[in-house]
Amino acid sequence: MPQIFSRSANIYSKASIGIAGLVLVAVILIGGNVTPYTHRLRVALDQPAPFSHKHHVAELGIDCRYCHTTVEKSPFAGIPATETCYTCHSQIWTNSPLLLPVRESMATGAPIEWNRVANAPAFVYFDHSIHIAKGVSCYTCHGPVDEMNLTYKEFALEMLWCLDCHRNPEAFIRPKEEIYNPAYKVPKEHAALGRQLVEKYGIQKEQLSDCWVCHR
Amino acid sequence: MQTLEEKIGKHESDAMLPEPMIDGEHDYGSITSKIDSIVLTNKFAPGWIFALMLGMGALGVMVLTLAFLVFVGIGLWGVNIPVGWGFDIINFVWWIGIGHAGTLISAILLLMRQRWRTSINRLAETMTLFAVMCAGLFPLFHTGRPWVAYWLFPYPNALGLSPQFRSPLVWDVFAVSTYLTVSALFWYMGLIPDIAGLRDKVKSRVMQVTTGMLAMGWRGSVAHWHRYESAYLLLAGLSTPLVVSVHSIVSFDFAVSILPGWHATIFPPYFVAGAVYAGFAMVLNFVIPIRKWYNLESFITDKHMDWMAKIMLTTGLIVFYGYVMEAFYAWYSGNIYEWYMMYNRAFGPYMYLYWALIFCNGLVPQFLWSKKIRLNMLWLWIISLIVGVGMWLERFVIVPVSLHRDFMPSSWGIYNPTFWDISMFVGTFGLFITGMVLYFRFVPMIPVAEMKHQWHQEHDEAHASAGGGH
Repeated sequence: MPQIFSRSANIYSKASIGIAGLVLVAVILIGGNVTPYTHRLRVALDQPAPFSHKHHVAELGIDCRYCHTTVEKSPFAGIPATETCYTCHSQIWTNSPLLLPVRESMATGAPIEWNRVANAPAFVYFDHSIHIAKGVSCYTCHGPVDEMNLTYKEFALEMLWCLDCHRNPEAFIRPKEEIYNPAYKVPKEHAALGRQLVEKYGIQKEQLSDCWVCHR
Repeated sequence: MQTLEEKIGKHESDAMLPEPMIDGEHDYGSITSKIDSIVLTNKFAPGWIFALMLGMGALGVMVLTLAFLVFVGIGLWGVNIPVGWGFDIINFVWWIGIGHAGTLISAILLLMRQRWRTSINRLAETMTLFAVMCAGLFPLFHTGRPWVAYWLFPYPNALGLSPQFRSPLVWDVFAVSTYLTVSALFWYMGLIPDIAGLRDKVKSRVMQVTTGMLAMGWRGSVAHWHRYESAYLLLAGLSTPLVVSVHSIVSFDFAVSILPGWHATIFPPYFVAGAVYAGFAMVLNFVIPIRKWYNLESFITDKHMDWMAKIMLTTGLIVFYGYVMEAFYAWYSGNIYEWYMMYNRAFGPYMYLYWALIFCNGLVPQFLWSKKIRLNMLWLWIISLIVGVGMWLERFVIVPVSLHRDFMPSSWGIYNPTFWDISMFVGTFGLFITGMVLYFRFVPMIPVAEMKHQWHQEHDEAHASAGGGH
């Protein structure tokens, strides 16, 4: 009786174990949605106008709250109305082709349709105002916005990432006067300061990672 | 020097020879061809096709039920507070219990060198595999969102969460998944020499390559057999604790709670005995017709049936002792809730099920004391069927009957299964029958290599030593 398999079948059968392992890793990494690639981190979305946070924040020194007006008072930080853009752009760059959508919006009254960069899922209760009130900086969650020529997502907003701070807020919170300061550096004696701030702002750590805090 | 034979006399030396477990006129060749001939044919018997269609029809019912269940939600089943666990958990415990006979036969009887296990071990192991699959479907779909069932495992995840290790439901996940894995490995390991045997006989190129790949290069060399025997023994060692641990952990799902009727220390041994009891009943239920249809009486002898019936009787008595103790402790505890639970079982709205349970599991198996009945296949089959029903009733009496009336009369309710509960149960039978029917036809259902090994021990070795030839 002739052999069923050729000699090379030995190497194929052994290699198939390794290949199966690689396929498994690939499936977990891609299907599991755990890599920056699948989360599309640091990829700038297409926007109607190429707005640069770097230019407006770092170079011109405009405060976050000038545009995101409701961040201290409401769950939603707020997207500026076209009139806010016009406080300056009625005077400067009035003929720039980059600003055409802004002028169109002003003329027709239809708001500019920006694409959302940081999107918390609907099953998460999220409120900007309480985070600001307890010393969480914009930059802690949104990344170095002052360095973004085009706005991108720095973090994937995964639950584990939220819990990092909810379980251990003293490692992340700042004094309130530093919340909007892009140049703030974490001081060396931060551990002591963090504990102090947790005390001062009345953060109740023991219930901060309960399910109902975010899933209501 | 005196030989052993001279010392103890011819008669006793004969008694020390292994008791033959293979009946009829056989040799090595006829054992192989008898078992392999079922597989190595292009013909399909009409009865086999009918059984397959029956199984697949019921399997179709399950697919429809599950599709509708996922679409609507588990409210489709009759479960609601206070009875959150209904048919789904009853059937889970029932099916998983059935699997235990397979593991007991393949692992514990192997370690105890009970050679008679050889003829039935693959039948029982295959039953275990499909029974665990049927069982697993219930909790999987009871979660309501089976597509995120992997959350049950502790793995590094983006949610920053871990399963609650203090919950027996999490232990259950580990117990059942380990059980399925080890059973599948054990089953496949034992199959390798037999697949290699088929590989050397099949004619078509496709079948040669398929069986060749499944045989993983088995050539039957001494080195192969040496590794095979050690691996098989190691797997048997791994499976042995599973016989006890899996159903103990399933019983913890109940015993760790504080509900009267569940909160009982007797549960683990009582559940394990019940599992083996139901498992042997199921083995008998399909082995009795199978050995007749395929003329396997010379391998699965009346002695096998007799001994399986004895195991069933023994475990049945342990289970019945459990029922008596439940009643005794309900009284002895002096706790009104425990006592009411017992009263409610015996005289409450589900009293007929309780007394049917006592009849099926307590009284009917007593007939097995008679050797005549143990060797009458029709009666043995009917008794096994009744035991299977009885074990299902036991889970009904434990799960919903305990839940439906707990401490506070204001939270009492009545549980009624819906059409979909029944269709799901029927559907798991479809999965089981389909799997078993395919196995009967496409896999050598009795381990050929081990049977020949046993034949060697019973005849050649025996003759050699009896003749004092060595």
